[in-house]
Amino acid sequence: MTDNRLAGPLDDPIAEAGYPADHPERVGFFTDTSVCIGCKACEVACKEWNLLEADGPLDLSGNSYDNTVGLGADTWRHVAFIEQRVPARDKPQADLGMPGVGPPGGDPTDRDGTDVRWLMSSDVCKHCTHAACLDVCPTGALMRTEYGTVMVQDDICNGCGYCIPACPYGVIDQRPNDGGAFKCTMCQDRLGDGLAPACATACPTESIQFGPLDELRERAAQRVEELHERGVPEARLYGHDPSDGVGGDAAFFLLLDEPEVYGFPPDPVVTTGDLPAMWRHAAEAALAAAGAVALSFLGGAR
Amino acid sequence: MAEAHPVGFQWVMEAKARGATVIHVDPRYTRTSALADMHVPIRAGSDIAFLGGLINYVLRHDAYFAEYVKAYTNAPMILRDDFADTEDLDGLFSGYDHESGSYDVRSWQYQGAEVEASAGRRDETGVQPEEVVRHAAGQRLQSAAGSEQAGSGGAPLRGTPELDETLQHPRCVFQVLKRHYARYTPEMVEKVCGTPPELFEKVAAELVANSGRERTSAFAYAVGWTHHTVGVQYIRCASVLQALLGNIGRPGGGIMALRGHASIQGSTDIPTLYNILPGYIPMPHAHREQDLATFIEADSGEKGFWGNMDAYTVSLLKAWFGDAATADNDFCFDYLPRVTGDHGTFQTVMDQIDGTVKGYFVIGENPAVGTANSKQQRLGLASLDWLVVRDLNMIETATFWSDGPEIATAEMETGRIGTEVFFLPAASHTEKDGSFTNTQRLLQWHHTAVEPTGDARSDLWFYYHLGRRIRAKLAGSTDPRDRPVLDLTWDYPTGGRYDEPSADAVLREIGGTGPDGAALSSYVELNNDGSTRCGCWIYCGVYADEVNLSARRKPRSEQDWVALEWGWAWPLNRRIIYNRASADPDGNPWSERKAYIRWDAEQGRWVGPDVPDFTATKPPDYVPAADAKGPDAIGGDEPFIMQSDGRAWLYAPAGLVDGPLPAHYEPEESPVRNALYGQQSNPARQEYNRPENPYHPVDGQPGSDVFPFVFTTFRVTEHHTAGGMSRWTPHLAELQPEMFLEVSPELAAERGLEHRGWATVVTARSAIEGRVLVTDRAKPLRLDGRVIHQIGIPWHWGPNGLTTGDAANELLGVSLDPNVHIMETKAATCDIRPGRRPRGPELVTYVAAYRRRAGLETGLEERP
Amino acid sequence: MSERRMVPDAEFNSYYGQPVIKPPVWKVPDVPAYLYLGGLAGASAPMAALADATGRPVLRRIGRIASALGATASVGALIHDLGKPERFLHMLRVFKPTSPLSVGSWILAPFGSLAAAAAASELTGIAPRLGSAAGAGAGLLGPAMTTYTAVLLADTAVPAWHEAYRQLPVVFAGSALASAGGVGLFAGAEAGPARRMAVLGAAVELGATEVMERSIGLPGETYRTGRAGTLLRVARGLAAAGGLGALLGRRSRVASALSGVLLNAGAATTRFGIFEAGMQSARDPRYTVVPQRQRLAQAAAVP
Repeated sequence: MTDNRLAGPLDDPIAEAGYPADHPERVGFFTDTSVCIGCKACEVACKEWNLLEADGPLDLSGNSYDNTVGLGADTWRHVAFIEQRVPARDKPQADLGMPGVGPPGGDPTDRDGTDVRWLMSSDVCKHCTHAACLDVCPTGALMRTEYGTVMVQDDICNGCGYCIPACPYGVIDQRPNDGGAFKCTMCQDRLGDGLAPACATACPTESIQFGPLDELRERAAQRVEELHERGVPEARLYGHDPSDGVGGDAAFFLLLDEPEVYGFPPDPVVTTGDLPAMWRHAAEAALAAAGAVALSFLGGAR
Repeated sequence: MAEAHPVGFQWVMEAKARGATVIHVDPRYTRTSALADMHVPIRAGSDIAFLGGLINYVLRHDAYFAEYVKAYTNAPMILRDDFADTEDLDGLFSGYDHESGSYDVRSWQYQGAEVEASAGRRDETGVQPEEVVRHAAGQRLQSAAGSEQAGSGGAPLRGTPELDETLQHPRCVFQVLKRHYARYTPEMVEKVCGTPPELFEKVAAELVANSGRERTSAFAYAVGWTHHTVGVQYIRCASVLQALLGNIGRPGGGIMALRGHASIQGSTDIPTLYNILPGYIPMPHAHREQDLATFIEADSGEKGFWGNMDAYTVSLLKAWFGDAATADNDFCFDYLPRVTGDHGTFQTVMDQIDGTVKGYFVIGENPAVGTANSKQQRLGLASLDWLVVRDLNMIETATFWSDGPEIATAEMETGRIGTEVFFLPAASHTEKDGSFTNTQRLLQWHHTAVEPTGDARSDLWFYYHLGRRIRAKLAGSTDPRDRPVLDLTWDYPTGGRYDEPSADAVLREIGGTGPDGAALSSYVELNNDGSTRCGCWIYCGVYADEVNLSARRKPRSEQDWVALEWGWAWPLNRRIIYNRASADPDGNPWSERKAYIRWDAEQGRWVGPDVPDFTATKPPDYVPAADAKGPDAIGGDEPFIMQSDGRAWLYAPAGLVDGPLPAHYEPEESPVRNALYGQQSNPARQEYNRPENPYHPVDGQPGSDVFPFVFTTFRVTEHHTAGGMSRWTPHLAELQPEMFLEVSPELAAERGLEHRGWATVVTARSAIEGRVLVTDRAKPLRLDGRVIHQIGIPWHWGPNGLTTGDAANELLGVSLDPNVHIMETKAATCDIRPGRRPRGPELVTYVAAYRRRAGLETGLEERP
Repeated sequence: MSERRMVPDAEFNSYYGQPVIKPPVWKVPDVPAYLYLGGLAGASAPMAALADATGRPVLRRIGRIASALGATASVGALIHDLGKPERFLHMLRVFKPTSPLSVGSWILAPFGSLAAAAAASELTGIAPRLGSAAGAGAGLLGPAMTTYTAVLLADTAVPAWHEAYRQLPVVFAGSALASAGGVGLFAGAEAGPARRMAVLGAAVELGATEVMERSIGLPGETYRTGRAGTLLRVARGLAAAGGLGALLGRRSRVASALSGVLLNAGAATTRFGIFEAGMQSARDPRYTVVPQRQRLAQAAAVP
C-alpha cells in the first residue's frame, strides 16, 4: 500500500490496483472544448456503441441546445451549451472616415457593447486517479481496469447507489428501470480490440482526443500555450494535474471559462481522502457512546 | 457549416488551427459563429448588397489580383453598345419586358461574339419574350432554363469577342463592373444589411489581405444561399468576387457549395432534374423538328470542351440503348423524352391541383412538410389518382390523407380524397452499395453493411425490377411508343437474397466502355460514331482499368496532401478544377507558397500534385489557329477550359435569365424598400399568385405592418432536412425534442414571449406554433434608423414521428429564382404572438383574419 | 424559468442552476429509517448487555428486543432501498475498508445475528447462557453500529454531509443513546440507566447538531433552511422535550413512556432532517461551488 492510496499524486494507479508491472499504458481523453462544435456526435456514437437507450424527456429544456441535460445512467457523453454575453473583445477599429458609427444610447441593437459567446463542451466520466465511486462501492462492482479506467461490472452491482453521491463530478447514476449504476467505460470492449472509444472516433474536429495519458497531457499543455499566444488568455486546463484533489483525471479538459460555468466542480476532492479521519472520529464517538452507556449503569437504581 | 456539415467543418477547424481566419456571415449566430473568428450579422435576404460591397471595396482599393484579372477573367471583354445596366435603368437591365416579366438577353452579349445559352439558337432554353408561355390564370410560366448546364462549365460561345487589354474601354466588363458596384458602399451595406460598417470594413480588409499571389481565400456556402428569388445571383456574386481576388483554380481558394443532402451533387451530375441529361447535356425540347445533329449544333460550343458534346451525347445514347442505337437511327435520339415547358417541382404540383398531373413518385423527399407552402403540396397530393412514396419511415407525405393538417381544419375529408397511396419502405444507405458525390465532385463508394429488413429495398432494386416487370409486360409489343423501354440496356447482374442489381455494374456503365468493351479511362476517348458508351461523360474513367476507383480509401497518412487515391473526383480525378489558373500565363506558379500546377518545359507537360485541368501537353504559349474548334480553340494561357471563352466570368454574357451582373433585390416579402434601386424585387422572379399562395404586401403598401418581422428557416445538426431520417430516430429525437422558435430577448419583450413558453408565427399562408427559445444569439438589427427583428425557425418538424411539431414550410409562399426554379425560404415576413395556435377550423379563420387585415382578400394582388 | 438562461448570479456560476454532483438516489423513508433503526439497535444492545450483567431483566428484555427489531428492520430498509435487492448478499462479497457500506455490512451482519439470537433466547427462554453471550457480543458491536452510518453519509461528495464528518458521528451517537434510552424508559423500576442514557444522549444530540450546523461553513445553512430546517427544528423540540421529560418525569410511568416516545421520534426526525439537508446541499450547486471556490482562494492566498 502506497502512501497516496486514497489521495494525492499517484504515479501508477494500475499497478496500485494490483496489475502486473507490464500492464498497458494508462489511457484517457483530452477534450479540447475550444474546437468543440457541439455536434453531439459523441453523445450519439456512445449511445449506439454501448446500446444505451434514448432517455431524454421529449421536452425542450430551454438550456440553449442542450436537451439531454447532463450525464446519466444512459448518457455517458453529454454536450453542454453555454450562451454568454461577454465584453466585446477586439472590437474592430472604427475610424474609417464614416459617419454615424455607434448608434445613440437605449438602442436595442447595442446591448452595452457586449458580444455573444457560445461555449460547447463534451462531458464524460473523468476516470479519476482516486475514484470515490470505486472506493465506496461495497460489492467490488466498480473496478480499476488494466488501462487505468474505472468501470462498473454490471453483474456484480447490487444497486446500493453509494457511488452516485460519492462522485465529485456527478457522473455515475442509477438506471431507474434496472437499479444498477452505469457510466462511461471508455469503451473497454473497443480498447481490447485496439480501437479508440466511440466518442473520440466520431468527433469530427478532434475536440475529443484519446490516447496514452502522458502524451495527452503534453499535447494539452502545448495547446494551452498556443491559445495563449493567439490571444485566448482564458484557455485553461482542468483535471490534468496529478496533484489535484482527485490525483488528476484520465479525462481532462481545455476550458474557456471557469469550470463551474460548464457544470464542473472548481476544486473537486475525492471524499475518501478524509476517510481515515472519518473512521477515527466515528471510532471515538462509538467509544464515547459505549462509555456513556457504561457510565449510565454506574449510577443509582432510578 | 458546423450545423449542417459538421464532418466537413473539421477541415475548417484544421485550417483555423493552422492560422486561417474564419469569418461567418449569417443572419443567425449558429454553431459556426461560435467557432469562427468573427460573426457578421446580416439581414436575411441582403447578401448581394454585402458581397457587392466587398466587390466595391476591392475595386475601390485596387485590391484585385491585376494580372489574374486581366489574363484569366473576362474583364477586358467589350459589351454591346445596346447593353444598359441597372445604373441606367434604376434596377433593371436592358431587355426587360414588363408584360411577361422576363428579359430578352441578347443585349447582354459581348461585342463581336455570341455566347450561346438561354437565348438565340440555344435549344428552347431561352426566354425570348415570344416564347414565354402565359399561364391561364395570368401568371407567367417560363420555359426550362439552361443554367444547369453550367454545372460543368459555361455557356457556349461563337465568334471572337472584342477586348481591351488596358481595361479602360468604357464598355469593357471591368469598367461596367466598377460602375455597377460603385453604389455598394459600406454605408449602403449598413443600410441594407444592418451590418455595422466597422465590422464590414474588417471583413473586407481580412479578405483582401488574404488574397493575391501569396495567399488565397475560400468561400463556403450552404444551400440556404440558393433559397432566394435571386439565389443564383448570390453565387454569381461570390464568383465575381473570387475571380477578382484570383481565388479560383488555386489551392485554398474556390467556392464550396455545401449541398443539402448526401450526393445532391451526384443527383445533378446524374440528374433528377427534368431539364438536363447526365453530364449537364440539356434535355431536348419538344416543339421543333430536330434531329441529333441540329440538337448538337444548337448546344455545343465552338471553343472549349463543350465542343465535343456530340461524342458525349452519342455515348450516352449508346449506354442507354446499346445495339439498338445506330448511326442510321440517330442513335435513338428520338427516344429521349422532350421538354414542353417548366416541369419543375412547383409547377408540377400546381398542375396536380389544376388536374393535369395524375400520378406522382415521391422518393427521399417529404414535400407534405419539407417544401415551401406545404399546404399547396398537400393540395396537389390530394388531387392525384395515384401516389408512390418510398421512404425509410411513414412520413407525412404518405399519411396526409388521414391525419394531415387539412383533415384537422376540415378543409379536406379523408373520404373525399381520391388519391391511391402506395407506401414502399426503402433501404438506407448502410443497407446498399452505391456512391456519394460530394460538393468537391468527389465520388466515395459505400458498401452494404447490413441487409435491409422486411420489405425495405434499395432504390436500385426498385427501379431495376420495376423496369424488368414493365419490359416483361411489354414484351412482343409492336407499338412504336414501347420501343424506347424495350430497347433499353437492362441487363445488370443481380445477386443476393433479394436479387439486388449490381451497383458496381451500373457505375461501370456510367464510367464508359470502349469499342472492345473495356472500361475507358478518360472522356477524351469518347467518340461520336457510336463506338463508345458512357452513361455520364464527366464520370468517364471512374472505372478505369476495371477498378471501382470511387471505392479507394488509402489513408491520407499514406499519400500526399492532395490524396488522389481517396475516392475519385470528376472529371478525371481532378481535385481542384481550373487548376491551370494556379500558374501565371507563362506557366510558372504565382508564388511558391501557392504553387500547384506548373508547366515543365523539359518534360513538355503540366505537372503538379493534382491532375492538371488542362490539355496536359499544351504549352502556355499555344495560340489556337483561327479555325480551331473545341478544346483546340483554347489558348495555352486560358485556364477556364469549360468556358466557351476560356475565362472566368466577372460578367455573364449568357446563361442567366435575370441579369448579367448580380444586383441587390429585396426578397419577395421584405420589411423594407430596396435602398439601392427603384426596382424592389428580382424583376424576373417566378411568382405564383394563386389563392393558396398569397404574398404579403411589401414595405409601404397598405397592410405591410401586419407582418412586421423577418423570419428565416434553418437547420440544426441534430435533425436532417424535413425530419424523415431523424424524427423517428430516438437518439436524435431526444437531442432536439421539440419544434422551437429562436427569438431575441428584445423581441420577446416586445411581444410578451416567454422562454420555453409557446408562440404562434403567422403568415398569409398559415400559422404554426413552437416552443420559444429566447436567446442572446438572436439580436435585432438596426438599418436605416429602423430596428429589424429576425426570427429563426427550424424546418425539421412535422406531425409524425417521435418528436413532432408544426412544419415551418406551412408559413412560406412559393416564389422562385427564375434560373433554377428554387424557392425563397430564407427570407420572408411574419407576425409572432405568445400562446399556441388555434386548433381545427378556427385556424383557418385565424389566418383569414390576418389576410383581411393585410388587405389580401383574393390572394391575387398586384406585386411590385 | 427565464432566470435559468440569463446572466448567472454574481457570486457564483453554475450550469443552468443544475447540481454539480448527483443527489443521492437513496429513498425516503428507507435510508433515514435505516439510520435511525441502526442507531437504536446499536445503543440498545450494550444497554441490554449491561442490564443483563447488572441484573435488570426487564431492561435487558426491552434492550434485546429493541436491538433485534432495530437491526432486522434496518437491514430490511437497506435491502428495500437497493436497486437490485436480490443481490443483497453481494454486500458481503468483499471486505473494503474504503467503503463504509462494506464495513457497515460486516458490522451489521454479525451484530444483527447476535442481537437476533439474544432476543430469541430472551423470548423463548432457550439457552439463556448462549443468549447472554450473544447479547454481550452484540453489546460490543453496538457502539460501532451507532456511528458507522455517520461515516456512510460523510464519505460522499454531498457538502452538508462530507463537511460534517467530524460532528456527524457524535450527533448520531447521541441520537442513538437518546433513542435506546427512550426505549429503556419503558423498563419501569429498572429504567434508571436508560434514563441517564436518554438525557445524556438528548443533550449530546442537541449540542452536537448545533456545533455541526455552525462549524461547516456555507453547507451548514442547509440544516437550518427548507424542509431540513423544519425537520431539525421539530427534532430539536422532540429531543429537548423528551430529555426534559426523562429527567423530570421519573416518578411517572406515563411521563417516562411519553418521553421515550418523544426521544425516539426526535432521533428519527434528526436522521430525516440530516438526510434532507444533504439532499438540499446536493441539489443546489451553490453548496458545492462556493466552498470549493473559497478553498481555492485560500490556497492561492497562502503561497
